[in-house]
Amino acid sequence: MKKIKDFYLVQAWLILIVAIFFGAALASIQIVLGQKIEQNKVNEIKQRVPELVLSTTELEKLNAQGASLDVEFTTITVKKNNKAKSYNTYKAKNADGSTIGYVVKAGGQGYADKIELLFGLDKNAEKINAIYILDQKETPGLGNKIVTDKWQNQFKNKPTEALEVVKTGAKNTNEIDAITGATISSRSVCNIINSAIKDLKEPLKNR
Amino acid sequence: MTTQPTAQERFLQGIIPENPVYRQLLGLCPVLAVTNNMKAAMTMAGAVLFVLLCANVLVSLIRGLLKPHLRIVVFTLVIATFVTIVDKFLAAYMYNMSKALGPYIPLIIVNCIIISRCEICASKQNVFVAAADAIGISIGYAISLASIATVREILGTGMFFGFRVLPASVWQDWVIMVLPPGAFLTFGLLLGATNWFSAKKK
Repeated sequence: MKKIKDFYLVQAWLILIVAIFFGAALASIQIVLGQKIEQNKVNEIKQRVPELVLSTTELEKLNAQGASLDVEFTTITVKKNNKAKSYNTYKAKNADGSTIGYVVKAGGQGYADKIELLFGLDKNAEKINAIYILDQKETPGLGNKIVTDKWQNQFKNKPTEALEVVKTGAKNTNEIDAITGATISSRSVCNIINSAIKDLKEPLKNR
Repeated sequence: MTTQPTAQERFLQGIIPENPVYRQLLGLCPVLAVTNNMKAAMTMAGAVLFVLLCANVLVSLIRGLLKPHLRIVVFTLVIATFVTIVDKFLAAYMYNMSKALGPYIPLIIVNCIIISRCEICASKQNVFVAAADAIGISIGYAISLASIATVREILGTGMFFGFRVLPASVWQDWVIMVLPPGAFLTFGLLLGATNWFSAKKK
């Protein structure tokens, strides 16, 4: 007769108890820290909002006053190829409630890995004000130059039409200079912005 | 049965004679991946210290209950739990660092240093010895990470702990040192040097 001691569940009693105990411990840590982690993510973006919707002079004025902007967070869902796609958008408002502009979070495939970025639009969603790269793993020394101010400044006051990356020096208003040795990374950033603008231009205007 | 080392022996052995990186060649994934600046390397060393200490102490406390054929499962459960705690803690209180270290914090789970210490020391000796062992090994690991990160950060960016030590006007950054090849070069040369010195001593 088989002894109950040899039954596999009895053999594993320690593992079962340890697993339940650890599961409970991790659940409580998630409850305690989870909100703070989410808050960190939202704060990181909210901190960026003023520099993405304001011009340099306006930003200096705001910093001198020590004031902050009113930021309203909304998720906009659009239908694309019969699939719902949602964007996190942040609407920046003056103290009197008038809209200054919008910040949109968008992401897509880069050269090495996913690129996540923010870009700021004016209140009519007609011009790009600035961009900011949240997360990228492009080639260090080449593709990761997408985080430099020098390259990002090109996006200032670009119209919200399809942006194009050129290697021979940008001439038209919708052209962006590629980074030497990192055309794909440059193009990825523009494609991410283009597709987000295409989806959101109308919904933002109509709000 | 041979006698087991004492707490003091365990502690001292972990630092240099049984250094996890230069002597045992364990835990090399973070050694290569997060050593391009000192801040990240030291955060990593701190995370390993926490996980190793907690895992060693807990395994040592329940060592009488372990069954030989199920012990590895218990080790893994213990390690995974503490790694998850570190990961959440960093994301909550050191958000930028947690982003910089990316997947390498969760990867401590598969770091052989920790499971080998649970197996070699904690599952056989008392809590005090296990804790001393964990601290010794962690100091050895921190020294190894620091040695590589120092070389790479100074040569690669002219900075140390984020402060400039080589003036930008005279120093042309060796970008390769912050890229993956720089990790292999630095680690290989330092490993060769330690072996050369210890061979010479004999």
